[in-house]
Amino acid sequence: MGIQTLIWQVTKKAFTGGIIGLTISDRFCSVVPVRGDSMSPTFNPQRDSYLDDYVLVDKFCLKDYKFARGDVVVFSSPSHYKERYIKRIVGMPGEWISSTEDVIRVPEGHCWVEGDNKASSLDSRTFGPIPLGLIGGRVTRVVWPPQRLSKIGG
Amino acid sequence: MRWLRYLNQWRGTAKEAFDQVSIVAKFLCLLHVTDRYIISSTHVQGPSMLPTLNLTGDVILAEHVSHRFGKIGLGDVVLVRSPTDPMKMVTKRVLGLEGHRLSFFADPLVGDDSVNVVGDNVHASTDSRNFGPVPYDLIEGKALLRVWPLRCFGSLR
Repeated sequence: MGIQTLIWQVTKKAFTGGIIGLTISDRFCSVVPVRGDSMSPTFNPQRDSYLDDYVLVDKFCLKDYKFARGDVVVFSSPSHYKERYIKRIVGMPGEWISSTEDVIRVPEGHCWVEGDNKASSLDSRTFGPIPLGLIGGRVTRVVWPPQRLSKIGG
Repeated sequence: MRWLRYLNQWRGTAKEAFDQVSIVAKFLCLLHVTDRYIISSTHVQGPSMLPTLNLTGDVILAEHVSHRFGKIGLGDVVLVRSPTDPMKMVTKRVLGLEGHRLSFFADPLVGDDSVNVVGDNVHASTDSRNFGPVPYDLIEGKALLRVWPLRCFGSLR
């Protein structure tokens, strides 16, 4: 049957493409949209949602979990595991962070993240330091819209 | 036009080489997806899960499907990325589920998806009694059965 083999061929190609795409997205890099203005003006400097920035997330850093203060990272929320946030690391393990009342030491294996737009950001000031294991990648570039193409960080 | 013939030969060989490489590449991608999303084998060792897991090391099969659907329950032995060292994976038992993860009416402001994990050998285990409840997303797999050593083959008690 011609149609059957055609469907089988298409399914095989889609399956292979999916597996390859998944591997690339897990190990090399992926593109994710930035929602909200907690990282304004670095991302989404305007409030219009159809102009959301799309950023390139690098996954090579996950091999050795090598991060540094100032990296913008994607991570799963410690309190709602299905949600993912994008924030900047402002404290690495062993460093001291001063919050409103006292000074907090970032524990081993954790990091302190904050949004660039401190007024409108749900971050470590609310949910505390996050384990480095929750991080899903580091943002290296803005890839959309074309006029905002840029490299993030050094 | 001898060079044309060489060019065609080269193109034929290049295509063959590319086909072989792409077969290997596709296989490696399949390995990655299976290992990360379906099932994988892990070597676990240490005293923290005695007597369930041996001190000198066991190989266990862990599945990576349940935790993506929230189906981790009390008593499950899970593979967790250590909150104190992201390069280390630890094996512990789930002894406490916090927050509204299992309820259908999660309050988005109050939810706290974390899990208490404790080693079966409470005298020799660094676990949630030391580092507190672990965010749910650090769970990477659920132990299925032990495949080595052969005399202990089968599900974990």
